[in-house]
Amino acid sequence: MSREVAEAEFNRDKTEFGFWVYLMTDCILFGTLFATYVVLQPNTFGGPGPRELFSLPFVLTETLILLTSSFTCGLAVLAAKRRDLMWTYVLFTLTFLLGAAFLSMELYEFNRMVHEGNSWTRSGFLSAFFTLVGTHGLHITAGLIWMFTLLWQMGSKEITDRMVRRLSLLSMFWHFLDVVWIFIFTIVYLIGVGGV
Amino acid sequence: MSNGNHLNHQPTAEPAITVKSQRKAIASYVIGFISSIILTFVAYTLVANRVLSGWSLAYALLGLGLVQLVFQLVCFLHLGQEREPRWKLLVFDFTLLVLVIVVFGSLWIMGHLNYHMMLPSNTDTYMREHEGL
Repeated sequence: MSREVAEAEFNRDKTEFGFWVYLMTDCILFGTLFATYVVLQPNTFGGPGPRELFSLPFVLTETLILLTSSFTCGLAVLAAKRRDLMWTYVLFTLTFLLGAAFLSMELYEFNRMVHEGNSWTRSGFLSAFFTLVGTHGLHITAGLIWMFTLLWQMGSKEITDRMVRRLSLLSMFWHFLDVVWIFIFTIVYLIGVGGV
Repeated sequence: MSNGNHLNHQPTAEPAITVKSQRKAIASYVIGFISSIILTFVAYTLVANRVLSGWSLAYALLGLGLVQLVFQLVCFLHLGQEREPRWKLLVFDFTLLVLVIVVFGSLWIMGHLNYHMMLPSNTDTYMREHEGL
């Protein structure tokens, strides 16, 4: 391995490591929001609880959509690594559409709840719910904007090393959001409806 | 590897991509995807068919979630598969430690706070129902 290649590899690893550290601090942010949610969840102030508000089949669909988008995102980066422009486009577009579908379902659910008078001002439980799930939704929105920007930047040119690096950082972010969703699905929805 | 795009004289930073390494990577994503789907459906069935209830349900669901977490960390985020020294793994372990302290510490403190700040009118019922007194 020549010195130049070793140096380039070191720099690539450094960027990935830096981004990983960011993701880990984001984990702590979500950890505090989860703790807040679990503490406030019984405080419904006479309003509806998780059992009255959530529809499990709807949330299961959301979960499967996000999971599939995480999978296609991983495959997309592999396509980019072998410099396969067509498959990179197809798979990232699929990821984008699935992510957008997930976000629309989430916004639909929020909208329905607010219109039924169950917004974040209704109770401690709902404040914590909207903060936790809304923060995840904001991350998804940021990820979608990032993905759109990269696809646009890539144009129809060949895939450069730099582009591969950017795409793999994006896929780390996207996988991370799916990991957070496992716990939202489990703690907020499944345990919420199943009850303790 | 024959992508022949070294015209810009930049040293390539990507490790050599072979058909074998690509196939292995795709297999890892497929394993992660399928196991996550199965775990999601098992967890969903536990709640939808009321197989368990109460705390045993909560523990089972959390357990299934943790298993899925491990699958996704290994298969999707490739945790622990870097070369030595494993800085990513180290940062992850430290984050886990902070998370356990923050989450369980908060729940512990807030649980006790709820207990000690109970209205005097509720103490009798609480003791009868939860402490068998």
